[in-house]
Amino acid sequence: MTTDKYDAIVVGAGHNGLVCAALLGKAGQRVLVVEANDQVGGAAATREFADGYSVSACAHLLYQLQPVVQKELGLKPRLVRDDLATIALGEDGQHLKLTRKDVTGVSDADAREYRAFRKRMERFADLLATYLNKPPPRLGTKSRRDLMTLAQLGFDIRRLGKTEMREFLRLIGMNIHDEVVERFENGLLKGAISLDAVLGTHLGPRSPNTILTYLYRLAGSHGQSALPAGGMGAVSEEIAHVARSNGVTIRTGLPVRRIVVENGRVTGVETDSGERFDSYTVISNVDPKQTINGLVGARHFETGFARRTSRLRARGNAAKLHLALDALPEFTGLSTKDLAERLVIAPDEHYVERAFNPAKYGEASPAPVVEITFPSIGDETLAPAGKHVLSAVVQYAPYELRDGWDDASKAGFLETVIGRIARYAPGIESLVSASELLTPADIEREFHITGGHWHHAELTLDQFLFVRPINGAAQYALPLDGLYLCGAGTHPGGGVSGAAGRNAARTILARDKA
Amino acid sequence: MSDSHSPVEVAQGRLPTPFHSRLSALDTLNNWHTWKGYTTPDALFCPDIEYFAIRNATAVFDLTPMTKYRITGPDARAYLDRLVTRDMNKVAPGRVAYAVWCDDQGQVIDDGTIFHLREGDYRLCSQERHFAWLTAATLGFDVELRHETDDVAALAVQGPTSYSTLSAMGYPELGKLKPFGLTHVDFQGAELMISRTGFTGDLGYELWIEPGKAGALWDALFDAGKLYGIRAIGTEALEHSRIEAGFLAAYQEFLPADETIRTGRSRSPLELGLEWLVDFKKPVFNGRRALAEEAKRGPAWRLVKLDIEGNKAAHNSYIFARPKRNREAIGFITSAVWSPVCKQNIAIGTVRAPHGKPGDTLWVEIYYQREMHWNRKMAEAVIVDKPFWSPPRRSATPPGPY
Repeated sequence: MTTDKYDAIVVGAGHNGLVCAALLGKAGQRVLVVEANDQVGGAAATREFADGYSVSACAHLLYQLQPVVQKELGLKPRLVRDDLATIALGEDGQHLKLTRKDVTGVSDADAREYRAFRKRMERFADLLATYLNKPPPRLGTKSRRDLMTLAQLGFDIRRLGKTEMREFLRLIGMNIHDEVVERFENGLLKGAISLDAVLGTHLGPRSPNTILTYLYRLAGSHGQSALPAGGMGAVSEEIAHVARSNGVTIRTGLPVRRIVVENGRVTGVETDSGERFDSYTVISNVDPKQTINGLVGARHFETGFARRTSRLRARGNAAKLHLALDALPEFTGLSTKDLAERLVIAPDEHYVERAFNPAKYGEASPAPVVEITFPSIGDETLAPAGKHVLSAVVQYAPYELRDGWDDASKAGFLETVIGRIARYAPGIESLVSASELLTPADIEREFHITGGHWHHAELTLDQFLFVRPINGAAQYALPLDGLYLCGAGTHPGGGVSGAAGRNAARTILARDKA
Repeated sequence: MSDSHSPVEVAQGRLPTPFHSRLSALDTLNNWHTWKGYTTPDALFCPDIEYFAIRNATAVFDLTPMTKYRITGPDARAYLDRLVTRDMNKVAPGRVAYAVWCDDQGQVIDDGTIFHLREGDYRLCSQERHFAWLTAATLGFDVELRHETDDVAALAVQGPTSYSTLSAMGYPELGKLKPFGLTHVDFQGAELMISRTGFTGDLGYELWIEPGKAGALWDALFDAGKLYGIRAIGTEALEHSRIEAGFLAAYQEFLPADETIRTGRSRSPLELGLEWLVDFKKPVFNGRRALAEEAKRGPAWRLVKLDIEGNKAAHNSYIFARPKRNREAIGFITSAVWSPVCKQNIAIGTVRAPHGKPGDTLWVEIYYQREMHWNRKMAEAVIVDKPFWSPPRRSATPPGPY
């Protein structure tokens, strides 16, 4: 069955797919978005996990949505709270409060160092942000535009000044652990910064390039975290709304079985139900592995490329915990008002690294790191009146658990996590009326992300910028005519930022202009 | 993917081939070298006489160490079609195809022959080992890849009387076998595969059998060939005939791309004069995108066959555009030999484009030593486009009784 032709088909209505579709639609293209789930947004969705209780299914904090994406699409996400502070929980009730500029609860020396550290990191992040919002230049290229971008990158690094340039080049491949122990003495402070650097990755604070992942978090709006009203799904809905008003057709509940290749080029997509949609441009919001070796099939690519794709590191390690609570729990040493902030369990940098250690060998952390929010504070759409939801990112829960994720191992890990939170909020267990734990394996199944990885592909230097996701596919166009990637697996990476989707759209529009 | 391959891709030490007892019985020189782990003779008696066995009688060469992979399964044809540059759909069962395979950059990894043994059952033979690459290429295909070098004993039976020899051995039906054809016959209860293939550019066959029957096969062959001047040969003689036939050898005419470190040191099929093997009508094959670009731009190098004046072989010579006042060399010789059968001083070389048009004249600087002293000679070299040696009997079916 053949329907009429589209200028472009986007596979997957994740937020990047929607951004890409909306921008193409804005440019006058006839675009179709096909989404497997019934809901748009992919992993940026709101999910009712218990009767009357909803929560952002994966990403729960908005801190990376690129201002340029917001501007171009006219997005104004409604926020319940903006600029959340981070409270680094101390078991003794002595907590730290970190804002983007300052920290309280530490020595003067630490506070001074923190301010300087943040200033420098923000400066570097700004430099990075410029390059996150354009397609990465190709190395060894003769294209004028790419050469200009490369020259600009060199110039911008040089323009930091001699000392700062040296610092940038010193830090960019380094691990966050070495930097925090050099600068700070307070364990909670070191732990909280370490946690920010490794959240969503299969990396520990001592893993190389965790400064880069920290900077990545800050690139855009300096890590200014917000809670969107109605959960992350509302942000996706808003982008979808803009897309629709730009003429984009969005079809949900329509899993794509394969991307159709004929005579060495892409000609459309075929759904599980056997429906066929035609287009000479197919843009996949699906992760690179699944797109290339799954939906299209390795045989349509050359061997080296298919092999590199199969070797892409994309094993998720972050689980998502959702609790339905009869009331707000009490945290030792925190006021109710404080619960509206972002709470983190990462007592020191060693704790974070030790939490990571078992994950290397396929075991879940017995003492995990946790990032907690109560999104229902100030948002009555998420929980029945007087009740609340807790939304937490928990690390580490490796995708490839040695004995596999089953009901027993999940129940065990759930108990571990709640037990860990209870050390800071005694009695929280008795408030829990329903719970949900999404392991990376669950995230893979529910959101169709290979490995259940937040970034679709590990955010490390060997899979970054010019070589993200892999060498030969870094500029959104794949080595198969008409096929593009636009998801988190491409430059710059994951997080609800929209940068990848926008860059992909720009690549396609530049092609059409040429 | 099967894991039924041998755990060691290249045997350690120096192993005897299944024909070793027969070879060593004929050996007088004790000149052996290692070929992919196996004991192989440089020559057994005298390389020149062995060479003339190829051209005037029947020469037998033990090619058991040649790398052999077996490819089977529903996707075997599609797998090979994506692997190599030529169209494998045109290679029917019972046929053999010369093929070249490239990496994604369109650089040659190796060349070899693909035997379509039976419908969907293939054997790929090459000089080098490629298990890692061939395994990577199975991704997305329902195929079984097996390394079977050690499981198949093979002999090349080459020369004008080779058909007569095999006919006398009891296989007169080979008269119907065309070049690049293969057939299965019975040998003492075992299956013997005979293909009309070879590395000499002459009438010749290759015999493939299970290792347990190797000795018996050798004995039967030499019994049958007694009257036809049959002689076992080593690699030196084979190498001479290989150059005369204008065939390429890995590590000489090209460096396998996966073994090459410096950019520009590997070669594309277009640079090796193998454009006839590259089928751009195929939607996808390894190296296609890079080669399409290269075809537009024009290759940087060209392989040339040279007919050189004089009788001093141009080993390792530089190639120049002019006899004198050259600013720099335009290329170099990769294989050279004085060809007794052609009465020509021949060589294969590589030159920078746009040099290398057939019929053009180039100059090679030949160094040779005479009584300790080195001499230098600038020799005129004409580029030829046909193989130096390709007698009508090579392709005549049925081959004449010599």
